[in-house]
Amino acid sequence: MSELLKRFKGITEDPGLSFTQKARYLSLEAENSLPYPELDEETAKALEERVICDMYEGHAPFKPRYVMPDYSVVLEKGSTFLELDPATTLDEAINSLMIAYHHVPSVTNMPVFIGRLDNLLLRFCDDVSDEDLYKKLKLFWRYLDRVLPDAFMHANVGPTDNRVARTIMRIDAELKQIAPNLTFIWDPEVSSDEIFSQACESIIECSKPHIANNPLHQPLFDEYGYGVASCYNVLPLCGGASTLTRINLREVARRSKDTADFFENVLPKYIDLNFRLTEARIDHLFNKSGFFEGFLVKEGWISRDRFTAMYGIFAMAQCVDELQAKEGRSGKYGHDETANQLGHRISKVLFEAVEARPMENCWRGKAMLHSQAGLSDDDGCTPGVRIPYGSEPDPVTHVQALAEHHAFYPSGVSEILTLDETIENNPAALEQLVKGAFSLGFREFSANVSNNDLVRITGYMVRLSDIEKFKECGGSRINTTVLGAEAADKGKILERAPRVMSHELAPRYSQ
Amino acid sequence: MNLPLATVSKVLKFSCVDGPGNRLVLFLQGCNFACPTCHNPHTMKLCNDCGDCVPECPTGALTIVQGKVVHDPNICDQCDRCLDVCPINANPKVTQYNVDDVLALLYQNKPFLNGITISGGEATTQLKFIIALFTAIKTDEKLKDLTCFIDSNGYLPEAAWKTVLPVTDGVMLDIKAFDNTLHSLLTTRSNQRVLASAKQLFAAGKLHELRYLLIPGRTDSSQEIKELADFVRALDSATPLRLNAFQHHGVKGEALTWPTMKEPDTERIAAELRSAGLTNVVVPAVYI
Ligand code: SF4
Ligand code: SF4
Repeated sequence: MSELLKRFKGITEDPGLSFTQKARYLSLEAENSLPYPELDEETAKALEERVICDMYEGHAPFKPRYVMPDYSVVLEKGSTFLELDPATTLDEAINSLMIAYHHVPSVTNMPVFIGRLDNLLLRFCDDVSDEDLYKKLKLFWRYLDRVLPDAFMHANVGPTDNRVARTIMRIDAELKQIAPNLTFIWDPEVSSDEIFSQACESIIECSKPHIANNPLHQPLFDEYGYGVASCYNVLPLCGGASTLTRINLREVARRSKDTADFFENVLPKYIDLNFRLTEARIDHLFNKSGFFEGFLVKEGWISRDRFTAMYGIFAMAQCVDELQAKEGRSGKYGHDETANQLGHRISKVLFEAVEARPMENCWRGKAMLHSQAGLSDDDGCTPGVRIPYGSEPDPVTHVQALAEHHAFYPSGVSEILTLDETIENNPAALEQLVKGAFSLGFREFSANVSNNDLVRITGYMVRLSDIEKFKECGGSRINTTVLGAEAADKGKILERAPRVMSHELAPRYSQ
Repeated sequence: MNLPLATVSKVLKFSCVDGPGNRLVLFLQGCNFACPTCHNPHTMKLCNDCGDCVPECPTGALTIVQGKVVHDPNICDQCDRCLDVCPINANPKVTQYNVDDVLALLYQNKPFLNGITISGGEATTQLKFIIALFTAIKTDEKLKDLTCFIDSNGYLPEAAWKTVLPVTDGVMLDIKAFDNTLHSLLTTRSNQRVLASAKQLFAAGKLHELRYLLIPGRTDSSQEIKELADFVRALDSATPLRLNAFQHHGVKGEALTWPTMKEPDTERIAAELRSAGLTNVVVPAVYI
C-alpha cells in the first residue's frame, strides 16, 4: 500500500475521530495529494523551512479563506439557488440565516462570519416583544453552538445601541458558549454608555465580546463597510480574504547577521517571497478553481473584487529579542523601550512594503497587513505582535507598549489582556482600560478574566472545564478545546479528538 | 522652597481594588501600626541606614554613599533578599517623589485612569505630601476630573483629617477590631481614633468604603461581627463594607501560625451581616 493510501486507511480506522471528522480529513488529504500551485525554487524553499507559511491551507485553494457575505441580500431578495423567498418576519429571517450559513465556505468549511446581526435583524423586530426576541435569539444561539460548533465562527453587533445587540450580549453572557465568538463594534459617537458598559460587564462574565474600535476601522472601508471574523480579522463585507499567509519573524531574525542585515537584506527578501506565495495561491483560486462562478457571486452575497489578501506576521516578540541579543542588548520585548521601538519599526517597514506592492485579484489592488494570532503548534512563537504569555506587564503598561503597532495592521491585530478576577467588583476599571487603549490607537480589545471558565487561547474561546474533561476522558464536543489543550499543554498532540475539530487551527490530520 | 517629598515603595498603574474604576496607586513607606497580619510588612518602617542589607544583595544594587543606603533599580533583580534581612521591616528600594513627579505619572497614564489612590504603609503618615498633591491635581485643568482617594488605617486625628478632606474625594478605611484589647493586640494601638475617624469621614460624606479583616478565632467571633453590624447600621446600612479574609501571602512572623480564613466561613459571615440589614457587603473575589 502506498504511503498515501496508508494515511487514508489510518483516518478511516482512527477510533478517536467521528465520521464527520474522518470525512473532513480525507478530503484534506486528497487535496494535499495534488501538486502545490507552482512556486519558484526560492519561495518553495522558504515555505519548506517555514520561514513563510501558508497556514497549511491545502494545496489547491478552491475557496477563499474567509468569506464575509452580505447576508442582507438573502434576507431582502431571497435566493433562487436556495429557493428562499425574501424574509418578512423575524422567524423567517433567522431561518433564512440558518440555511444560508450552511452554504458559506471558509477555510474550515464552516462559516467564520455570520453577520452584523443587529443590522440584519433589527428591521424584523418592530412587532416582536422583548420576551419573544429573547426566546427566539436564545434558540438561535443554541443552534449555532450545537450545529456549527467552531469557535472561529464570529458574530458582530453594534455600534448602535439597539434591542438586538443588547439581547444578544445578554444571552451570550448567560449561556457562556464557546460558539459563536462575538465582537461588539464600539463608536463613542454612536454607542451609548449603557451598551458599552453592558459589553464590559459581559467580558467580566465570560471574556466575550471582543471590542472593535469603529472610528479606526470604518475609514478604511467603503459604504459596504466591514465585519470582524474568526479571530479578529477585519475584512471587507460582501467579500472577505482569499488567503492568509504569514512570515515567521523569529526565523527571519535568526537568518540575519544583525539589525542592519535584517532590515536591509533578510526581511525584504522574505517579504518578497511571502508575496510570491500569496500570489500563487490567489492565482489558483481566481483562475483555476471556478469558485467565483458560483451562486454566492451571482446572487450578490459576495463580489469577486472585494477579496483582500491577508498578509500575516507572527513571533514579533522572539524576533525582537533575537535582534536585541545580536546587538548585545538585554532589554526584552514588551518591557524595554528600545526593544519596543525596534518592534514598532519592524511593523512600519512591513506595513510600507505591503502598501507598496500592487496585487492582482485583490480588493483595492493591495494586500492588508495582519498580526496573526497563531496556530496551536507554533512552538515557542508568540502570536502576532503580542508579548509572550506569562511575562506580560500590568495591563496599562501592556497597552502602552503595543499601541503603536496597531496603526500598521489594518486587517486586524489582537491582544489579549489578562485581568485578575478582582476586576469583577469593579467594571468601571475595565471600561476605563478599554477607553484608554482606544485613545492610544488600539484597534481592538480582548480580555480574559482569570477565573472565567471561558477563556481565550490565541483568540478563540475554550472552556477550561472542557479541557479538564478532555484530559480526563478524551473527547469534547467543541473543536477548539483540543487546540486549547494543546496550546495549554505546549505542543502535546491530542490522542483522541473531540466530537468536533477546530478546523482552522487543526488543518492537518496528525496521528 | 520646602517642597514636600513622599517616600514611595511602589507605584501601580493599574489597580481595580483601590477605589472606583482604575486607579494609579502610590504606596507610601512607613506605618504607625505594626499588625502581625500585614501582607506587606516591609512597608512598615522607614530605613535607618543601618546597612545590614547591603552585603546581602546578590547583584550589588545596594551601596552606602555618605552614610546613606542607595538602591540602583537598574541592577536590582527584585529578589527581595534585602527585605527579608532587614531587622526593622524597612525597605531600601524606596524612591523619593515630589508632587511634579507624580503629576507627570498622571499625565502619562491619564487616558487609563479614573483617579489616584494613596495607600501604604499608612498614607496619612505623609499627610503634607498628600495635601500638596491633591491640591495640585484639583487645580490642574487636565487632571482635575481624576478622583483623589486615600486608603487609611484611620489613626489620623480629627483635626488632621479636616486639613486633607477638602481636597479628598473618598477614603477607604480599615477597622481591625471592635474590642479595644483585641485591637491593641492586632495593631499595637487603641481603636478609639479609628472608630472616630470612620464616623467623621461618614459625616463628611467621604467614607467610600469600610474594610474589615476576618481572622479566624480573633475577629470573626459573633460578638465582633455583631458590633460590626451595629456600627455600620449606625452610619448607614448601605455603607460599602468589604470583608477581607486573612491569608498567609506576604505575612512574616507569628501570624503565619494563625489559621487562614476560608471562603465558606467568609460567605457565612457576609450572609449574617446581610441579614442584620447591611445592604452593601462585598466578599473577596479571590483567596490567595
Ligand atoms: S531586591 Fe534587594 S537584595 Fe535583591 S537585588 Fe534588589 S536591592 Fe538587591
Ligand atoms: S533597609 Fe533595613 S537593613 Fe537595609 S539599611 Fe535600611 S534599615 Fe538597614
